[in-house]
Amino acid sequence: MTIVAPDKVAKIARPAGRLRRFIDSDMLHSFVRSPLVMFAALIAVILVGAAFLAPVLAPHDPYDLKSLNLMDGENPPRWIKGGDPRFWLGTDDQGRDIYSTILYGMRSSLLIAMAAVGFALLLGVSLGLVAGYRGGRIDTLIMRIADIQLTFPSILTALLVDGIARTALKGSQLGNSHYVILVVAIGLSFWVQYARTVRGVTLVERNKDYVQAARLIGLSSRKIMFNHVLPNVLSPVLVLATINLALAIITEATLSFLGVGLPSSEPSLGTMIQIGNRFLLSGSWWMVAFPGVTLAALVLAVNLVGDWLRDKLDPRLR
Amino acid sequence: MSPPVLSVRNLRVEFPTRRGTLVAVDDVSFDIGPGEVLGVVGESGAGKSMTGTAVIGLLEPPGRIASGEVWLQGERIDRLPPEKMRRVRGRRIGMVFQDPLTSLNPLYQIGEQLIETIRTHTDASPAVARKRAIGLLEAAGIQGAARRIDSYPHEFSGGMRQRVVIALALAAEPDLIIADEPTTALDVSIQAQIIDLLKTLCRDRGAAIMLITHDMGVIAETADRVAVMYAGRIAEIGPVRDVVQRPQHPYTKGLMGSIPTLEMGGTRLTQIPGSMPRLTAIPTGCAFNPRCNAAFDRCRVERPDPMQTGTGAVACWLAARAADEADPANQMHPTRMAP
Amino acid sequence: MNIALPAVPSSLAEPATMSDLVQVRELSRVFDVSKPWLNRVIEREPRKLLKAVTDASFSIRRRETLALVGESGSGKSTVAKMVVGLLQPTAGDVRIDGKNIWGGEDLTLLRRRIQMIFQDPYASLNPRWRVDAIIADPIRAFGLAKDSAEIDHRVGELLQLVGLDPLDGRKYPHEFSGGQRQRICIARALSSKPEFLVCDEPTSALDVSVQAQILNLMRDLQDQFGLTYLFISHNLAVVRHMADRIGVMYLGRIVELAPTEHLFRTPQHPYTRMLLDAVPDLAMSGRPRKKVEGEIPNPIDPPKGCAFHPRCPLAFDRCKSEVPLPRARTSASFVACHAVERAELTQPAA
Repeated sequence: MTIVAPDKVAKIARPAGRLRRFIDSDMLHSFVRSPLVMFAALIAVILVGAAFLAPVLAPHDPYDLKSLNLMDGENPPRWIKGGDPRFWLGTDDQGRDIYSTILYGMRSSLLIAMAAVGFALLLGVSLGLVAGYRGGRIDTLIMRIADIQLTFPSILTALLVDGIARTALKGSQLGNSHYVILVVAIGLSFWVQYARTVRGVTLVERNKDYVQAARLIGLSSRKIMFNHVLPNVLSPVLVLATINLALAIITEATLSFLGVGLPSSEPSLGTMIQIGNRFLLSGSWWMVAFPGVTLAALVLAVNLVGDWLRDKLDPRLR
Repeated sequence: MSPPVLSVRNLRVEFPTRRGTLVAVDDVSFDIGPGEVLGVVGESGAGKSMTGTAVIGLLEPPGRIASGEVWLQGERIDRLPPEKMRRVRGRRIGMVFQDPLTSLNPLYQIGEQLIETIRTHTDASPAVARKRAIGLLEAAGIQGAARRIDSYPHEFSGGMRQRVVIALALAAEPDLIIADEPTTALDVSIQAQIIDLLKTLCRDRGAAIMLITHDMGVIAETADRVAVMYAGRIAEIGPVRDVVQRPQHPYTKGLMGSIPTLEMGGTRLTQIPGSMPRLTAIPTGCAFNPRCNAAFDRCRVERPDPMQTGTGAVACWLAARAADEADPANQMHPTRMAP
Repeated sequence: MNIALPAVPSSLAEPATMSDLVQVRELSRVFDVSKPWLNRVIEREPRKLLKAVTDASFSIRRRETLALVGESGSGKSTVAKMVVGLLQPTAGDVRIDGKNIWGGEDLTLLRRRIQMIFQDPYASLNPRWRVDAIIADPIRAFGLAKDSAEIDHRVGELLQLVGLDPLDGRKYPHEFSGGQRQRICIARALSSKPEFLVCDEPTSALDVSVQAQILNLMRDLQDQFGLTYLFISHNLAVVRHMADRIGVMYLGRIVELAPTEHLFRTPQHPYTRMLLDAVPDLAMSGRPRKKVEGEIPNPIDPPKGCAFHPRCPLAFDRCKSEVPLPRARTSASFVACHAVERAELTQPAA
């Protein structure tokens, strides 16, 4: 829907009005009043910002194989005896700088998680909307597929997708499709929640009189679903998406740890932990500890913000 | 005249918010005598339900009684500790709400709820309490009460449920019944029955009723006196016949004219322009002045208090002016009247 | 008056004339309210059918207001939804200007001419849409304006027409009070320049002083644009104020239909009389009233014969077994009651 008021007054007045409303809103007030949420949001912003600025912030490029030197392998952090001043969080077995790899790895993890949540969102919201609005057999069909999907643990879904893709594409052709496989695998295991939420809200909204008014003027179901109903079902979905983002980061890490995610040449938080895990017994704790702490901090921060959003926006929990 | 059952003096209810303190009920005073029905009528936002909630001490925080007094049978109840107030509510004040389901626990048979209420307030044995419960249900017009006492709330229709709630409200033989929109959710033909029931039962038992409703028709049928509320204050209070037939406050006049009646047929309705102000923007002076077609300068700056006029009281400068003109020697000042 | 009028099929109770804009014939709607198939099989329960509306027939002349009154479960809102085209009837038909709206014809042209005003002004406006977009929606859907400047102009006009400020279009619905929202709903309904408005309890969610404003506005608009109204309400006083003719519904059937003055002065059907007696006496005129008895039966399992017979003071044997058919009294009124019929046969009306 694009309805643009032609006169300039509206264009000037609108953003100011929105800003004013946000400043006056209870959301901002409650945000400022809860220090934990503010702290979590700050951590989340710092981590996400650092991840996307990885090429600028990182002193080394873990993808640049030429710059790696096996002689630098398994260096402890700088402040420990035997540490190399160039690598302040130490290096892994290949001689990659842990700090740089965490930044790049976090970037991969976040990109995959966001894309996966986006994919799940698109799939779940459309299917949920259609199921809820159309009802009848389409509803039954979509929701039974969703039920079946739910009987697979998300890891199993991901493993299946990964397995099928690998068989279909053969090892040689895989290339960059690792990313796509991960996104589809994680996305497929998440869409059901969105579909269910959206269907539930749609069932309520569908019977409201504003939808009847839209039917009365002969609008097509598609227009009613996307222009009228969709804007009213989005807020619970966006809350769910924030919470799911944290879950998607963990799932990516788990899959990579299990060896079905990214290959070790392309670092993500999960692969780093997997690699580091192998060297834990040999005393090189930094290889697993720092990526692990980063993962925990990122997930916790995103989760706290998501939970707060849910408390504020979801009337059912009030 | 016997001492009032309920006496409310200068009640003020405030809601502190981030953007300032909202005054939901402002300087409200009234009495209800034994066996008397006081109707409290007003449109949404008038503060009528808030007044009832304040009287029974069930204001939702951050709402609080900022000043004023509530006396029940000569005992001050607005400062009681929660535990004591709960006992007062259970034993001496009965409550009937719009939705009968909020007062009935869906998991218990209605008999259990009635017997429990009777036994907590008297020392009746289970058998005696059960007999009394059946009696109450019969009095509330439930046929086959002895059989239906073991039914669950969902087995009753809306009108029957409201009868059960009324029986429950009367179970502890309270001095005062607060009925907040008791007939609003019911069909017209059932409404009339419930009104009749409430009236006769309370009259027989000598309980006072505070009947809160937006429906002037219900008030006209039921109440002895009526308080018309506007923007948190009482605009006019007096015997129901006088207020209905000879309203004095411009708001009451407008309100009465805007109600379609069976008698007046297809004539154009009087309408009051605008709508009830929000609590955040109550006008200075008389809260009704922007909508009043008779407002003059004084109304815009000075807030009128209820002034005694014949049988009732009205908070309007017009009434004060009329009194002044009738008797110039008597420079009437806004004296605080005792209702 | 001819006292020996034969029982006529309800479709003939009102002869259709050229001046009728709306003709509703033997309209019925049955809802399946049974449990899911598997539960029915396991619990050995039969299908449960709810006859929400049975054989409702009436017509509305141009510029006339026909009201349907009834208590909950009377089916009045179901009739409104079928007449406006939102709910498919189980049987019967609805003709607007001679065209059957459930006859499979192309309704695009007809739709513009029928609009509806809903009961709950909070649910009938999309909370995420600005008011100008809400009012413009029908204009866009029917292509009634050539560019967005014209749409804006129309929206401004409509807002003024219903007593709002054209600048209010920039706000969202939550910024308005209930009465103002209902004004916005009326502006939306009028934006496609309809001839026929179906109003489903348009003021029952509003305060009385606001109700007066809306009712006056609706009457002004009717005069100004020559609108035809089907007015649904449970409030007899409101209906008396608005309607030219009134149909009284009880458990899915229209039991009496008569011009407003007649219905209030000489109510025929015992249910109509009971409803009139139940209206609170606001004027305190001391009009004589009878006590109202009994409850509305469960519409899933209505009484046999005339559905009103268990509450009816005039009921006799025939009422318990045979459904009374509507009998024409004049060209514009009918009543469906065995007792009324018997009374007329035994003692000729004056």
